[in-house]
Amino acid sequence: MTTEPADRTETTEDYSVETIDVSKHFGAVRAVQELSVSIPRRGITSIVGPNGSGKSTFVNLLSGVLPLDGGMVILDGVSLRVVHAHEVPDLGATRTFQEVRLFDQISVWDNIMVVLTSRKLLPALLERTKQEHRDEAERILKLVGMWEKRDSLAMDLSYGQRKLLEIGRALALNVQIYMFDEPFAGLFPQMIEPVKDLVRDLRDRGRTIIFISHNMDIVRELPEHLIVLDSGRLLTEGDVHEVLSREEVIEAYLGT
Amino acid sequence: MAISAQTDADAAAEAPTPGLITRLARGNIELWANLLVITWAIVFMAWQGTGFAITIGTVFAIWAILAVSLNLVVGFTGLLSVGHVGFFGIGAYTMAVLTSNASYEAARTDAIPTYGWPFFAALPVAVVLAGVVAVVVGVAFNRFRDDIFVLVSFGFAIIAFNTFLNLREITRGAFGIHEIEKPAIGGWVIDGELEFLLFSLALLALVVLVSWLVVSSSFGRVLTAIREDEEAIAVFGYRVTHYKLAIWVISAMMAGLAGGLFASWTSFIDPNSFILLESMLLVSIVILGGLATIWGSLLGAMAFVLMEEGMRFLPFIPPEYVGQARQIVLGVLLVLLMLFRPQGLVGKYRL
Repeated sequence: MTTEPADRTETTEDYSVETIDVSKHFGAVRAVQELSVSIPRRGITSIVGPNGSGKSTFVNLLSGVLPLDGGMVILDGVSLRVVHAHEVPDLGATRTFQEVRLFDQISVWDNIMVVLTSRKLLPALLERTKQEHRDEAERILKLVGMWEKRDSLAMDLSYGQRKLLEIGRALALNVQIYMFDEPFAGLFPQMIEPVKDLVRDLRDRGRTIIFISHNMDIVRELPEHLIVLDSGRLLTEGDVHEVLSREEVIEAYLGT
Repeated sequence: MAISAQTDADAAAEAPTPGLITRLARGNIELWANLLVITWAIVFMAWQGTGFAITIGTVFAIWAILAVSLNLVVGFTGLLSVGHVGFFGIGAYTMAVLTSNASYEAARTDAIPTYGWPFFAALPVAVVLAGVVAVVVGVAFNRFRDDIFVLVSFGFAIIAFNTFLNLREITRGAFGIHEIEKPAIGGWVIDGELEFLLFSLALLALVVLVSWLVVSSSFGRVLTAIREDEEAIAVFGYRVTHYKLAIWVISAMMAGLAGGLFASWTSFIDPNSFILLESMLLVSIVILGGLATIWGSLLGAMAFVLMEEGMRFLPFIPPEYVGQARQIVLGVLLVLLMLFRPQGLVGKYRL
């Protein structure tokens, strides 16, 4: 975890995440159907689509939270037919959840610290709190404006604060790919701008950011690359301004 | 947002400023719980005398080891196990079989092979055997969580009890095992009541120390995250099943230690000491004291032992019903706790 994944994966490949014919069904519901996308390295990609179009399911498949029913995921050049959630950080990716999933009954501070400490069982058992981890937790908490709240339980935060803390928890992991599931949903307008800044800052540091959003103003402004899903299928993919001007996108999604 | 602020303001306006005593009582239930249990313990023991205090102390030490160890699994990791008594029994039977000198009963019943080991040779075996069984059971249980985990741990307790009862070649079944060794260091046998109490408290201190080291490490923090959301913590690179198995085994080994100590203390065990009810009492102690706090388990064990013993002195309960009455009281207490204070007396986590 301490090594910079960006250095490790310095390849000539253009894409940090690719999928080939990825599928997922829940009973008879085909949530994602033979979805193939190529998400460019170092930049912001947004996934849009109506409710139930499979956006969250797709991110759950990429991060190993749901098992694949078919197809392949290529994370940072590594092809996977089975994505194990616990291996995803080693492959250079982390995420947030649509319905904020913090560790509710532990402190804000521990919510960040738990992401920083040793992954290996025996070293973790012997590891006491290290100064480098303290410093990093402090930096992250100040970055997302949660430093004053560090001793509160995560469950006692407001919705917006929880959202920010969850983003902070992802940022505490120093990886190449960040997937944010609706990072702007439910935020007050004055909190949207700081989150945008966090995303831009990640991009400026050469990271790949994938986020789901319903907010078309943000989708027009922030990403360079856009993926449009409809009923679990890829409607279209490409440069954001070009995609947004396509007839089928306007008809299927934006027009309504 | 605006709506909730409005109601808060209304509530504040309506509530009168509480007096000093109300504020003290309301403000710090933890403080009051501590004061109450400790004062009760001191008064009770002073009233009943030294011999009584020594007995109560030893019973407390054994329950406390069990409660602290179970809290690692239930309170810190969120796995509600009602099968802990199984590991307690494995420890006790290991101690009994290895150290008992049961030959004098051979004429009366089928003799079991006896080994006549000293206490301190048998104790590590009791601990390790509980751990080994925990590995096997834990690997099988690892895919379960929440209510399903409660059910399978329930199954484990029943299997364990029936094994103690029916594996007669080793456990003598319902006859039980007599003549279990007392600890001996060199020529000095710890058979005095006071010495045994001090020895038990020393083992309790060891268990508390190890538990504290575990929960205050990075490993311990991961356990609490697993308790809160095991899918979310997995996304950050943790192999949840390994962590759960590790704490399960550590906890079981401590229960095995308590079992060995218990067998030696009573010098006679039979399967009735390891029925499911004992597991339920233990879970009640852990919840009463408070989940995810080591001190809470000590407090819970003390409150339980005081209550159990104290009820013998209540004039309106005939002596023969005391055993049942303590279960009723504990049951009622558990329901009240869940209603009004789900985190227990000093707990850090609500079920």
